[in-house]
Amino acid sequence: MSEQAARLAVRKTYKLFVGGAFPRSESGRSYAVTSSKGDFLANAARASRKDARDAVSAARKAFSGWSGATAYNRGQILYRIAEMLEGRRAQFVAEVVDADGVSAKKAGELVDAAVDRLVWYAGWSDKIGAVLGSANPVAGPYFNLSSPEPTGVVAVVAPPMGPLLGLVSVIAPVIVTGNTCVVAASERAPLPAITLAEVLATSDLPGGVVNILTGSSAEIAPWLAGHMDVNGIDLTGADPDLAVTCEELAAENLKRVLRPPAGRVDWLADPGIERMTAFLETKTVWHPIGV
Amino acid sequence: MTTPLAEVASSNSTLRAFLHGLPGVDRVGADARAAMLGTRSIKTTAKKQAVDMAIGMVDLTTLEGADTPGKVRAMCAKAVRPDPADASVPPVAAVCVYPDLVATAVTALAGSGVKVASVATSFPSGRSSLEVKVTETSLAVAAGASEIDMVIDRGAFLAGDYLKVYEEIVATKEACAGRHLKVILETGELATYDNVRRASWLAMIAGADFVKTSTGKVSPAATLPVTLVMLEAVRDFHAATGRQVGVKPAGGIRTTKDAIKYLVLVNETAGPDWLHPDWFRLGASSLLNDLLMQRQKMATGRYAGPDYFTLD
Repeated sequence: MSEQAARLAVRKTYKLFVGGAFPRSESGRSYAVTSSKGDFLANAARASRKDARDAVSAARKAFSGWSGATAYNRGQILYRIAEMLEGRRAQFVAEVVDADGVSAKKAGELVDAAVDRLVWYAGWSDKIGAVLGSANPVAGPYFNLSSPEPTGVVAVVAPPMGPLLGLVSVIAPVIVTGNTCVVAASERAPLPAITLAEVLATSDLPGGVVNILTGSSAEIAPWLAGHMDVNGIDLTGADPDLAVTCEELAAENLKRVLRPPAGRVDWLADPGIERMTAFLETKTVWHPIGV
Repeated sequence: MTTPLAEVASSNSTLRAFLHGLPGVDRVGADARAAMLGTRSIKTTAKKQAVDMAIGMVDLTTLEGADTPGKVRAMCAKAVRPDPADASVPPVAAVCVYPDLVATAVTALAGSGVKVASVATSFPSGRSSLEVKVTETSLAVAAGASEIDMVIDRGAFLAGDYLKVYEEIVATKEACAGRHLKVILETGELATYDNVRRASWLAMIAGADFVKTSTGKVSPAATLPVTLVMLEAVRDFHAATGRQVGVKPAGGIRTTKDAIKYLVLVNETAGPDWLHPDWFRLGASSLLNDLLMQRQKMATGRYAGPDYFTLD
């Protein structure tokens, strides 16, 4: 034996993120996550349909509060997420290196881009209404106003590539406008998603606004697509077969569907506002003049 | 039992001697037993049956200061046909309203087979004179209520004045003129399981047709262990006297899972004879929607959403 006893390793248990808490999967299942080189990294929870159901309940419960918060407040909270993410930069760089096998320099760029992406979307919170809303000229004595409103609970199938930047790029546009979401994280690289959940949990984001499930997207996504209390689904990370299945299931209650992009996505490019407009409804109000 | 039940209520001291002579409840044991029965897994066809049985046992309740005739009519429509899109859903057992809305409910439910229950006796506190309580009961009966949910005087019970509680139940039973009398013990205010057992026996000796846990206005309302103690009391009372008394947990039962736990509890404690709307009821309002959503989930294979059911 050596002079000094070796210290026991304290390893993190990667769990789900539902309703602001970190529960294990109700199924008790987990799966081994490996690095891009095939080395064992950790065991992650493998969510079941009942975890998805619980996550939808949590997202529904959080919706009225989050969509009712002022745009200013939502922007502040998104900015706060960016601050927290910046504070954990080193941890995320290490996780991205493990997951994607990129150099530390490249990983640093990707983490910086994720922080910047959050700040960018944070700025949109109180501007999207001005860009998409309008005062409409009508032939009658009415004030006629249109404004964008959040769709509701949105299921998000996160992209398998881009475990941090890709994930942030699909979550931020959904929640900044007032939706709440249930995210099926990348099956291949779920660890940054759960570390991001730790960031979200300490960012004044109300519990349930973002819920993150790890495990098989092919298993979870159809349950979310068929769920009658989910109002929209972003299929960015779904493979073509899964996307077709989910879109068919989503038709039952006329969910908004964002189809997967054709070809490989460059997450570093300017995202535009399409991801926000995909989950917004236009509300038009007719108000009598002079009454 | 040394004293015959008929003589137990001859004075407060005999009543006290009898009630305090009942065996004590093992609190830890009752909690553990209820928790253990709550872990039973009821799936697929058994669950389908349980959901339909639970729907048929619901006393759909609205007891708010803001109740309007319109709200009661809407609730009655839902009681008769819980899911307008699915005729195979059974109607609920009864609706439960305040006495002034009994006539509205009776009109709305005419010919449907759904019963009208009315709370009475200065619900929920029970703090009034006996004359007022009896008159209120008579008025509810005259308005057409077929079941009366009375509250006991918890103050008198806790002060040890069991005879007063007994006489009030007897007087109310008389005013019911043959209608079903449910006696609300308000277990959340009785402090101990021993008191729950004593109050259950007291109500049954006085002639209750049902013992009911709570008004729904006090927290904690119905819990599994309290219901377990009451089910044991009705089972023992049936064994001692041959008269069957029903049980109704009310308040705080919101999910299908909870409702099924109660059904398991009934089956394992009092026995399958009690698994009938005549002998077991669930006092609830939001529970019905959850039962309907579970029913739809089992029928369609997809999770149901509350947007597709009526608000209540």
